[in-house]
Formats: sequence, C-alpha cells, structure tokens
Amino acid sequence: MATKDDIKFLSNPKIGLKRTKYCRFKKFGIRYVDYKDADFLLQFINEQGKLLPRRITGNSLKYQRKVSTAVKRARHLAFLPYVADLLK
Amino acid sequence: MRHYEVTFIVDPVLSGDEIKSTAQTYVDMLQQEGCTIVHKDEMGLRQLAYPIKKRNSGVYFCVEFQSEGGAFIPKVELALSRDERIMRYLTVALDKFGVKFNDDKRKGLIGKKTRKAVAAVEGEGVRTQPAPAPAPAPVAVAPSPEPAPAPAAEEE
Repeated sequence: MATKDDIKFLSNPKIGLKRTKYCRFKKFGIRYVDYKDADFLLQFINEQGKLLPRRITGNSLKYQRKVSTAVKRARHLAFLPYVADLLK
Repeated sequence: MRHYEVTFIVDPVLSGDEIKSTAQTYVDMLQQEGCTIVHKDEMGLRQLAYPIKKRNSGVYFCVEFQSEGGAFIPKVELALSRDERIMRYLTVALDKFGVKFNDDKRKGLIGKKTRKAVAAVEGEGVRTQPAPAPAPAPVAVAPSPEPAPAPAAEEE
C-alpha cells in the first residue's frame, strides 16, 4: 500500500511552484549602475539588444530606470549595439 | 562641488603619441576652466559594438572631474564635437553613488571576486554605527553577497 509519504514525491514538488522574483540591486546593495560595464548590462537585454522588462528581470522601478539609462548611454558609446542578432 | 565624468572615443588610426596628446588636450582644457581632475582613466583599445565612421575599434578615455558649476561643459562638448579625432563623447553628472562607485572601483573593491570584501566592509560599517541599538536588526539589513544566508536569517 502506498502511504502518504510515498505519494508526496510521485511528482517533482518544485514543478508549478512560483519562483520569487527579487530586485538584485536592492538585494546586493548596488546603488549605482555603471554604463561602462557592458558585461553587467548584458544581463538586462535580450538577444536583439532590447531592454528586458521588469516583469522578467524583477528589478524595482527605481533601478529599472537606472538600468535603462545606463543601457542607453552604453549604446551611444558603442559598448552595446543598438540593434543586434544573436548577441548572446 | 559637483562631480562629472566625460568619456570619449579617440580614432585608433592615429599613432600612440597622437592619441595621448588628443586626450591630454581635453584634460588641460578642463583644468583651464578651473576644475579639479579626480581621475583620468585610459580604458584602451576596444572593439566597438557597431562601426562608427567606418572604424571597428576605438581608444576609450574616461576623465572624472570636480567643479563648482557646469557652465563650461557646453564649450568643452563643442570642442569635442568639432574635433575630427574624437569619434564619440558623453558627459555625465555623477550622483553621490556614482562618485562612491568610481572611488571603490579605483580601490579595486568592485568586481566579482571582491564583492564579498565590499559587503564585509559595508557590513562592518553598519554594525559599528548602531552598536547600542538592538543587535539582530542591523545584521539582517546588511547586504549579504550570498542569497542563502539572508532568507535563513529571516526564517529564524
């Protein structure tokens, strides 16, 4: 007979669980987004070089604004491309 | 006093001395306008993300300076834009976090390897200041580099 404990792990318990999003700037205490650090900014853009939405990155509004400014500055200085294909 | 930062890209086709003298021209110009140069960073030859003026690479310079007001900045920018040897430029006013970031970067506190060290320094600062206050609260507030310890502390 299958007891309650056996049934509990028939399916992966992690499937269907919502992963909690967090703002990495708040979590790690980063106060300034550097526009010269292209590798760091690469985390916030997609393969075409477009900014990822907050819905995906989990940034708070305050830091999303800073990220977007930093990415735009980096594009102007050719640290990041304006348009790209297969950036990552 | 406000902090500013001007980043510009110099044409890589010029010889090494010409590149340096071009950058020095603008450092001198800033000094003549009465600002203090905080730091002059030669970021060196870099690949551009897209071609500018049919060049695929450029020599990056970044000058951080301090001044009372920004009245002279349009003048410097005009000179930069008229200069054939400068491919791009950007002037940015730094907030207090930007100033601190650049300062830490020069000390070598910023980076993947040393992020722990930064957190340790900040953590100590937080802990030492409110010593008479209840102890557990500031420790929880202190930014921790690893994701694991923070939630654990909250659960307890």
